[in-house]
Amino acid sequence: MIAIETTSQAESAPPRPGPQPVESSPARGAIAVRNLDFFYGEHQVLFGNGLDIAPRKVTAIIGPSGCGKSTHIRVYNRIYELYRDQRCTGEVLLDGQNLLAPTVDLIELRRRIGMIFQTPTPFPMSVFDNVAYGLRLHYTMPRSELADRVKTALEDAALWDEVRDKLHHSGIELSGGQQQRLCIARALAVEPEVLLMDEPTSAVDPVGTAKIEELVRRLKERLTIVIVTHNMQQAARISDFTAFFLDGRIVEFGDTTELFTNPVDRKTEDYITGRFG
Amino acid sequence: MKLAGARRRKAADWAVRIAASLGAAVGIVFLVWILWEVVSRGASALSWSFFTELPAPPGEAGGGLANAILGTVLISAGAGLLGVPAGIMAGIYLAEYGQGTRFGGLVGFMVNVMMGVPSIIAGLFVYTLIVVSLGHFSGYAGAVALALLMLPIVARTTADMMALVPDSLRESALALGAPRWRVIVQIVARSARSGLLTGILLAVARVSGETAPLLFTALNSPYWPHSFSGPTANLTVTIFNYAMSPYRSWQQAAWGASFVITAGVLAVSLLTRYILRRTT
Ligand SMILES: Nc1ncnc2c1ncn2[C@@H]1O[C@H](COP(=O)(O)OP(=O)(O)OP(=O)(O)O)[C@@H](O)[C@H]1O
Ligand SMILES: [Mg+2]
Repeated sequence: MIAIETTSQAESAPPRPGPQPVESSPARGAIAVRNLDFFYGEHQVLFGNGLDIAPRKVTAIIGPSGCGKSTHIRVYNRIYELYRDQRCTGEVLLDGQNLLAPTVDLIELRRRIGMIFQTPTPFPMSVFDNVAYGLRLHYTMPRSELADRVKTALEDAALWDEVRDKLHHSGIELSGGQQQRLCIARALAVEPEVLLMDEPTSAVDPVGTAKIEELVRRLKERLTIVIVTHNMQQAARISDFTAFFLDGRIVEFGDTTELFTNPVDRKTEDYITGRFG
Repeated sequence: MKLAGARRRKAADWAVRIAASLGAAVGIVFLVWILWEVVSRGASALSWSFFTELPAPPGEAGGGLANAILGTVLISAGAGLLGVPAGIMAGIYLAEYGQGTRFGGLVGFMVNVMMGVPSIIAGLFVYTLIVVSLGHFSGYAGAVALALLMLPIVARTTADMMALVPDSLRESALALGAPRWRVIVQIVARSARSGLLTGILLAVARVSGETAPLLFTALNSPYWPHSFSGPTANLTVTIFNYAMSPYRSWQQAAWGASFVITAGVLAVSLLTRYILRRTT
């Protein structure tokens, strides 16, 4: 698995028209992180990270503030490249293909790996256009199909009933929790294989949080989810696997129930029992 | 001891408060005074013919400044056509591409310096560059001189307004697979659109009242601005010429022109505020 580092050329042409249904088996969306180091300028913040993220499961990333959780997942979709002083070394393999290879088509990569941010980021346009944004970017399709896919995405994000009469209102007019689900709908519309969520509920009230958690449980049937969270109950509730980060290193990684009930490492135990962090 | 400290703080508070209020009052007094002079003397000079006819020879009654009004509008529009796109592009460069680069720093510095360049220097520069080499004054040269003044204003406001757009919004669009230029045009510029419009209107308002850059470039003319390639009538140089003339009727017309320009700039400022209020 590690040796198959075929940097693909097969990937450059975006599939048109319309997303294809993801074939059901074998499960796609497995991520393998190998020996990942990350630097902000001269300052190294990730050290030799290695992680195997199972396809169609929820993997939680926990750890104290500043330990590198966000930095870690921002490598997967290479969003860190927006900033010229940030760089990394190592490998991130998506179904065996190294995402960090220079030949990878970033646009297609980001279609396959979606991302939800800590604060909701509705675009300054209507609810409909928000959800259609990614679809219009990647595909050309008739209006009716576009409308269908927008509706499906909003249903998938459990938002349709709340916005069906407001499709042409600005996305910014929605409540915080609704905005976050709008962002999820927008990400789901292009049918990614992986969804990265960086503390998606930290700016959302308890009711909104419950809705998003329910959504995560439902979505893992068709895509891989990696969720960063400060809330250990949340990690325990919704994830299948958990990785515990400390000072840029992955201290412990394993089955969530196992990790929370029977941690191997002393530092993990201290963290989950609230003795620090 | 304690009491004395409290009293001193209170006294200092009052002193600063009074000084600040006085400063504000002085500003308002002069503003109102200027407006009053312009309105009271200018309004009486206005008539239907003021907006529709060519200037009358000195001493004769009647006539108007329609050519100068039209010329100012045309020169300002030409300046906008040149200065706004260049300014927006420079602002986009500053906010989106140049950050943290040496060239970006240089451009930012130049923009700031250009903002402080006296407008007469812009006029002289265009005079040597265009007027001297072509051998005649022209409306084009006037528009270029005003565009040089608009560019840094538009660039600076564009850069500042786009810098206010949170990075998380850019990242969300990039994370969906949008290429950088689409993120800038569809997301960042769109989020900052009322700010960008404000910058453009401010720049228009600022340069349409300029005289010095037009003295050496568009000059002035008693005729309609038939073609932009000769001396072109405009309000500000007309005010300058007429106000200095010995004829009462021309001095009257200068006040009328002042009123028209002031009203125009005020209208643009109000429009700007209205846009800002409605969209933020
Ligand atoms: N843009 C940046 N420039 C320099 N250093 C940064 C930058 N962003 C983060 N860091 C540093 O990198 C380290 C990891 O930050 P990161 O944001 O990944 O932590 P985190 O685990 O997500 O924290 P939190 O739980 O607070 O979100 C921290 O020490 C932080 O100070
Ligand atoms: Mg973080």
